[in-house]
Amino acid sequence: MKRVVVALLLALASVAASAEEFTAVQVDKSSIAFVSRQMGVPVNGRFGKFSAQIRFDPAKPETGSVVVDIAVASIDAGSAEANDAVAGKDWFDAAAFPGARFATTAIRPLGGNRYEALGKLTIKGRTRDVAAPFTFASRGSVGNAEGTLVIKRADFGIGQGVWADFDTVANEVEIKFRLQAEASAAHK
Amino acid sequence: MNGARYTSTAISLHWLMAVLIIGAFCVGLYMADLPLSPMKLKIFSWHKWTGITIFLLVFFRIAWRAWHRPPPLPPAMPRWMQVAAHAGHAALYVLMIVLPISGWLMSSAKGFQTVYFGVLPIPDLLPKNKELGDSLLLVHQILAWTMATVVAGHAAAALKHHFVDRDDVLTRMSPRHSTLKEKTP
Repeated sequence: MKRVVVALLLALASVAASAEEFTAVQVDKSSIAFVSRQMGVPVNGRFGKFSAQIRFDPAKPETGSVVVDIAVASIDAGSAEANDAVAGKDWFDAAAFPGARFATTAIRPLGGNRYEALGKLTIKGRTRDVAAPFTFASRGSVGNAEGTLVIKRADFGIGQGVWADFDTVANEVEIKFRLQAEASAAHK
Repeated sequence: MNGARYTSTAISLHWLMAVLIIGAFCVGLYMADLPLSPMKLKIFSWHKWTGITIFLLVFFRIAWRAWHRPPPLPPAMPRWMQVAAHAGHAALYVLMIVLPISGWLMSSAKGFQTVYFGVLPIPDLLPKNKELGDSLLLVHQILAWTMATVVAGHAAAALKHHFVDRDDVLTRMSPRHSTLKEKTP
């Protein structure tokens, strides 16, 4: 009985503390897009399929976590011929590495509505530490996290062989993410 | 023979643009069906940069022409032939403007902004739209072949003037002749 009471109290305490914890991701209102540069030309692309698990309380960002899983085969690299090419071995090798993942190791506040997600980004079987600054805004029970981070495609072996030099396709790729989540009903 | 010549600026513009237009046409033909490769991306960019250069130069050329009237056609030319010559030149000027514009619009519709020399972004006039992009490709191709036809007619007419009529219509646009003549006096 005592243990039940303690558990209840703990549960209540966590409910009170995380009244604004956003957890239910609305994938259809979220997006993971990127901008690559070809001959100095910015080309917009996006990933059509991904899922995300989020726990984020803007008042207590340190306790939050984000895991995003991306189906790399769902890439739209900006044109039909690019889409045919990028699933191949020189690019994402989607057959061998179907998933890319970003998992936070820490989220820290940067002041105001700005935060930074530190985490591990894994693409094509290679993991790198990345820092993704983002802003968070909520309206009612819906919260939006939006941010960008710049990665170097060579760190992940994306674009090898004839594509390895950066004359035509730049090394830097800007990833733009927008994740929308609802404050989960269970915590209200 | 009236001996009047084009200005050396007009002659330089004429031959520079001849090289650019013929080059852009040949590169355009070659690149259309290339498989995706870094070279293809480079060639497409070069083609677009050439098109913008032609587009910019033609306005300078038109302005120059407005201030420096070209020498008149030989009076011996029949009236219909003079009309045809002027119509041909007008068509070339129109094509030098609309052909690059069609390429620019196509590039925008296909989702690739044009960035002059990889540095200067040219605004996209159209949003990305695959069907529109394909239609504009067809427009661009038709205009390019029209240009090729008019250029071929233009060159054939110039050669006819030189070798058949034996007048000065070709030589007054000839760069070598101009330097010779300018040095002589």
